[in-house]
Amino acid sequence: MATNSIAMSAGLIARRRTGRRVIGAFTRHAVLIGFCAVALLPVYFMTVNAFKARSEYTTNKLGLPLHPTLKTLGTALGGGDLYWWLLNSLIVTLLSVALSTALAALAAYPISLMRWKPGPVVLGALIALLVVPPIVLIVPIFEMVVHLDQLNTYHTVIIIYAGIMLPFSTFLLCSFFSTISPALIEAARIDGASVWRIFWEIVLPLSGSALVTVAIVQSLWVWNEVLIAVVFLQEQGLRTLMVGLTIFNSRYRVDVPVVMAGMLWATVPMVTLYLLGQRFFIRGLTAGAVKG
Amino acid sequence: MRINRWLPWLYAAPMIVFVAAIFAYPIVTLFRYSLEVPGAANEPPSTGLANFEYVFTDPLFHTALLNNLELFLCVPVMIALSVILSAILFDRPKGWKIYRTLLFVPYILSIPTVGFVFGYIFQYQGVLNTGLKLIGLKFLALDWLGSPTWAMRTIMLVIIWKELGFGIILCLARLVSVSEEYFESARVDGARWWQILWHVTIPQLAPALAFYGIIELINMLSWVFAYVYVMTLGGPMNSTVVTEYYIYQQVFTNDIVGVGSAAGVVLLGIVAVLIAMRVRLQRRLALSGYE
Repeated sequence: MATNSIAMSAGLIARRRTGRRVIGAFTRHAVLIGFCAVALLPVYFMTVNAFKARSEYTTNKLGLPLHPTLKTLGTALGGGDLYWWLLNSLIVTLLSVALSTALAALAAYPISLMRWKPGPVVLGALIALLVVPPIVLIVPIFEMVVHLDQLNTYHTVIIIYAGIMLPFSTFLLCSFFSTISPALIEAARIDGASVWRIFWEIVLPLSGSALVTVAIVQSLWVWNEVLIAVVFLQEQGLRTLMVGLTIFNSRYRVDVPVVMAGMLWATVPMVTLYLLGQRFFIRGLTAGAVKG
Repeated sequence: MRINRWLPWLYAAPMIVFVAAIFAYPIVTLFRYSLEVPGAANEPPSTGLANFEYVFTDPLFHTALLNNLELFLCVPVMIALSVILSAILFDRPKGWKIYRTLLFVPYILSIPTVGFVFGYIFQYQGVLNTGLKLIGLKFLALDWLGSPTWAMRTIMLVIIWKELGFGIILCLARLVSVSEEYFESARVDGARWWQILWHVTIPQLAPALAFYGIIELINMLSWVFAYVYVMTLGGPMNSTVVTEYYIYQQVFTNDIVGVGSAAGVVLLGIVAVLIAMRVRLQRRLALSGYE
């Protein structure tokens, strides 16, 4: 009721000042359209040129394709090793995100829901680790990996990604888990449910959207990561898409539409994920801020 | 019912092992490397501060730090733009949700994609310059990525472009949680848009902006490698080398692990100072009545 009447009075005020509102609305839309245009410029450039042949690009760089062709997209996917890189990125992203989310959920459970005494200290340490620059970690890890002769393997990068994401994903899951009612857990405990059963049958099912949020934010990060992929996957056939694109870019330097098509292939999965799960992205990225 | 006191440790153990292997061990090792000085032929390495001496007198490292410092200038711009845009979106003009979705797109795109596409757009003979010449702004047609004067600034533009969406989303999330009454009473008092922005919106946004500002300052120090790697590889004439890239080059190109590690320790120190600032800032905000 209260919000309703506020909305009504806002409407009244709006009507009383129609003159000023209209000018305001015009300016607002102009500013927003301007910024959106700039925000979308690279996507536009990439998309229109991915459907052009090389010959058309030389005369028509910015316009819509006059002779649209799918051949460029085909060349990009089949021409290089793009589909291998796509596959590598998929494998590395899926496995490292699954691993990191699982370990984070296991660890967040005692920290948020078991009244575990060292819990807050552990959480504090994780928050401090959130800001460690990756390059600082990469140097010693690289020496260690070389020493163990584990360079150029999937499992090495999967472990590194999972580990680097763990402070963030644990922190995020802790803040989501702590919204679960302790009374619910207590009731289950009184009914004789084991600690594991409470986790498996109460905590996890209640946290479906939290887990999706964490997984999505992490996927975006791994999919787009460059430094670790450059350092630890140096073999041509093992590269991830992001590193592959740098090779692609120099190989097809003269054929810009093919490069753009390659980028489009690399972009489509994440943009699709974003459009489908926008609220998860927003929730995951703002959760840290709300908790401070 | 009592929980076995070891049980929580059991659940947290895998995470702790991973974090120890990926964070704790490397950080300790980094310090060790940074103090290790290779001896002359046939002599074992000794311990000392020679690596730090080298780093502090290396002009390239100075360039790198100054470039990171220059990147800090992005942060106020990002803050100002996210305040204005989130305030406009918060007025809920028609289609504001679509605008929000679109404004966030740059944040989703990968740095290589963004870097290469902007690379083509910013080429000397590229689309941007052709366009500028066409509308008679020939003097603005710079060699965006090819000149030592402009390359860093061009990278800064791209970073602002990409990170802005995050700020807008943060500010919007904060504004939604602010009681509508503040805005309403200002409006009833006949306050203009700018007055509301200055006296209501910005003070209410302070905690979100502090968070965003600190996060982005840290990003400008420790997450800009990919931009440089993709757009300029540190060039032209080392004008875009940042600290991360300096470390990368020392370790992976020049194979001088000690010097790279010493630079890493310096970077870690600067990040620690920023974190301390964040904690103090938060206390200050808490004292002045937020949270």
